[in-house]
Amino acid sequence: MDTSQYLEMFIDESKEHLQACNEHLLELEKNPLNLAIVNEVFRSAHTLKGMSATMGYEDIADLTHMMENVLDAIRNSKIRVTTEILDVVLQAVDYLEEMVMDIASGGTGKKDVTKLVESLNRIEVGGAVVAETAAAVVLEDEVSHEDSLSYDGYEMTVISQSFEQGFSAFEINVKLRDDCLLKAARVYMVFEILEKSGEIIKSEPKVERLENEDFNETFTVALITKEDADVLKAKVLKVSEIESVTVIPVKTDYLMRDADEEPAKETESIAPTSIDAETKKGKRNSGVQSGNKTIRVNIDRLDVLMNLFEELIIDRGRLQSIASEIHNPELNETVERITRVSGDLQSIILNMRMIPVETVFNRFPKMVRQLARDLNKKVELEIIGAETELDRTVIDEIGDPLVHLIRNALDHGIESPAERVAKGKPEEGTVTLRAYHSGNHVFIELEDDGAGVNRERVLAKAIKSGIVTKEAAESLTDRQVAELILASGFSTAEKISDVSGRGVGLDVVKNTIESLGGFMSIESKEGQGSLFQVQLPLTLSIISVMLVELKKEVFAIPLSSIIETAIIQTSEIMNAHNQQVIDFRGNIIPLLNLTEIFEIPERNSESDDYLSVVIVRKGERLAGLVVDSFIGQQEIVLKSLGDYLQSVFAISGATILGNGQVALIVDCNALIK
Amino acid sequence: MTDKLNQKEMKVIVFQLLDMEYAISVDIVQSIEKVLSITRVPKTPAYVKGVINLRGIVTPIVDLRERFGLTSKEMDDSTRIIIVTLDEFDVGLIVDAANDVLDIPVNAIEPQPEVVGSVESDFISGVAKVGKHLLVMLNLDKVLEPVKRVTSDEL
Repeated sequence: MDTSQYLEMFIDESKEHLQACNEHLLELEKNPLNLAIVNEVFRSAHTLKGMSATMGYEDIADLTHMMENVLDAIRNSKIRVTTEILDVVLQAVDYLEEMVMDIASGGTGKKDVTKLVESLNRIEVGGAVVAETAAAVVLEDEVSHEDSLSYDGYEMTVISQSFEQGFSAFEINVKLRDDCLLKAARVYMVFEILEKSGEIIKSEPKVERLENEDFNETFTVALITKEDADVLKAKVLKVSEIESVTVIPVKTDYLMRDADEEPAKETESIAPTSIDAETKKGKRNSGVQSGNKTIRVNIDRLDVLMNLFEELIIDRGRLQSIASEIHNPELNETVERITRVSGDLQSIILNMRMIPVETVFNRFPKMVRQLARDLNKKVELEIIGAETELDRTVIDEIGDPLVHLIRNALDHGIESPAERVAKGKPEEGTVTLRAYHSGNHVFIELEDDGAGVNRERVLAKAIKSGIVTKEAAESLTDRQVAELILASGFSTAEKISDVSGRGVGLDVVKNTIESLGGFMSIESKEGQGSLFQVQLPLTLSIISVMLVELKKEVFAIPLSSIIETAIIQTSEIMNAHNQQVIDFRGNIIPLLNLTEIFEIPERNSESDDYLSVVIVRKGERLAGLVVDSFIGQQEIVLKSLGDYLQSVFAISGATILGNGQVALIVDCNALIK
Repeated sequence: MTDKLNQKEMKVIVFQLLDMEYAISVDIVQSIEKVLSITRVPKTPAYVKGVINLRGIVTPIVDLRERFGLTSKEMDDSTRIIIVTLDEFDVGLIVDAANDVLDIPVNAIEPQPEVVGSVESDFISGVAKVGKHLLVMLNLDKVLEPVKRVTSDEL
């Protein structure tokens, strides 16, 4: 079968199921007794197994199968949930993730899983050791194993659940006499008798064939009942024209254990809950499906849509400039309408590209768990506002910086349990990850109740690495000190640890955030913890800019960086250390001449008495950019310069103006140090 | 281009710089444009002329003359921009003229001689003799190595 057309779907769904597994497993660790959670995991693993087997990825299928076995044992309370078991299961999920990623990147999804399968096996067997020793000897009759029925997953589940509820299952092999005339009638009678005593879950041959007399003398029925084998046998034998009846208990190795090992009491108390949970879940699922109709759209198509829309915006800009030249009222009206409609269209398209930050956040609980164990710390990760939506482009970039921040919080923020107790804090540290919208921005905050920033240590370090001078250090506020840890070349960890502080430090995080057009700030109280706040724009693809002219070249300055524009007299310019500065509302701010910075060839060097200045900011620092003239404000589409021109100084990208010309976008963050 | 070597013939686009003729495989050529308005990008090597708006895509432009260290000349009516698509990006090449599309037999391509004109030999993958023409085959991966940040004299 050609499965390539399903590959994408397979990968998407596998990822979803694996994510679900991860989440539920972590939840399970907190509530090891909640078997409803196990059911959830089981369901995901089971679907995954089915899908991967269909797609021909046997390694995945094998591994999920083993996982399922373990989960099943947990579900049937044969194994108690322990951290060790979860470790192995989580590792299995990790492996599966790797395999799926491999497939996604064009690989075969093959991976050596034998070791993991072994440990899963050990867990499963470990839980089932009792079963083997206590294996009850039941009626081992004439019928050999080859005759016994094979069951699919659903039937297995039904059987094992009925065991839990104190039922037993039998395979009843009925042989009719050779001279039997009304075979279908006899079959019907047998079925009627059996249905009175229990529930028939399977027959071989199928019921339809039995009714059409399309079988030889024998048929086999699987029955779930509370009655004894002997009683059943006697009942069936009452039907005339029956040669013989054989009743054997259903026994596959898998089911045997379920049947024998379980202490009856315990099962009864558990089984109803799991079934309840299942039906509830079923209802909820169907409810969701009917209430919220969605289709899966390839993200590439959305990107194409976005690109086409960007073209439209460019043409709209062109149209606007033509209309303003022609002064035709009808044209103006039409252009206005187009502007309105395309504005609405823009918000819809942007909305479509929004995805919840959950997609980034959901890998953190597992990471925190692992890290906390590696560091011998107790940490609780709290996630708030995971449903907050962000543009896909931002989501793609934000993952790594957040990982870095979380690692930092766990490594440097949260103290060891002993230390925490000594300080009178709860043994378990709390790290809160929070996301919310505010205005045109999304805020992501990471708060920990750890040690906070140690002023003396940070200052000592900063002075040592030459970030601040001793004299300057005295006058710094606590907040400024805290911000020092974001400076490049700074790493507070005394020792370079595996987790964070490999010398890259938080400045990398800060730079990434700023390259996304965001800000990052830190608040910290010594002994009480720190709060890292990241502010990000809602979207990166369409931004508002101020267009300015430098000689004949047009540049765009993002509005988000601009404080205000001003016209100053040349006499106001002062000099300090070879740096031109101006007095801007009581602050002395540096003045940068963009014409010089961008090496724009001078065409006429007439000196004006007045200069146009754009005051821009980076965090709390300000600077004035001298330009020739302001053109105006405009919504523009951000385009990259491409991979050929990598990181051009102080240029963050380009855009296409209404007249078809390319204008470069000034990266104010690079201009202010 | 190497995988093309097994075939009998390859289709190339022939263009001119000064009095030399160069060839690149037609497969990687996306289009040939007349000169469009170029926006200068500051702080890039001199051979990067800037970027153009190529039907909505911002495409960097390289002046091949300057890339090869030849004397540059003002653009005129015959100047063309050849848009080539490499693995990672599109780049436009400024050439004096785009002359022809030719089928050249693969066995006519010889490894580069030690010295060919004044062009650095790294840029050349071979030389093809077709009739009276001598075509220099370009190794565009080398010619168009991505431009990293050139000057970081931060302020």
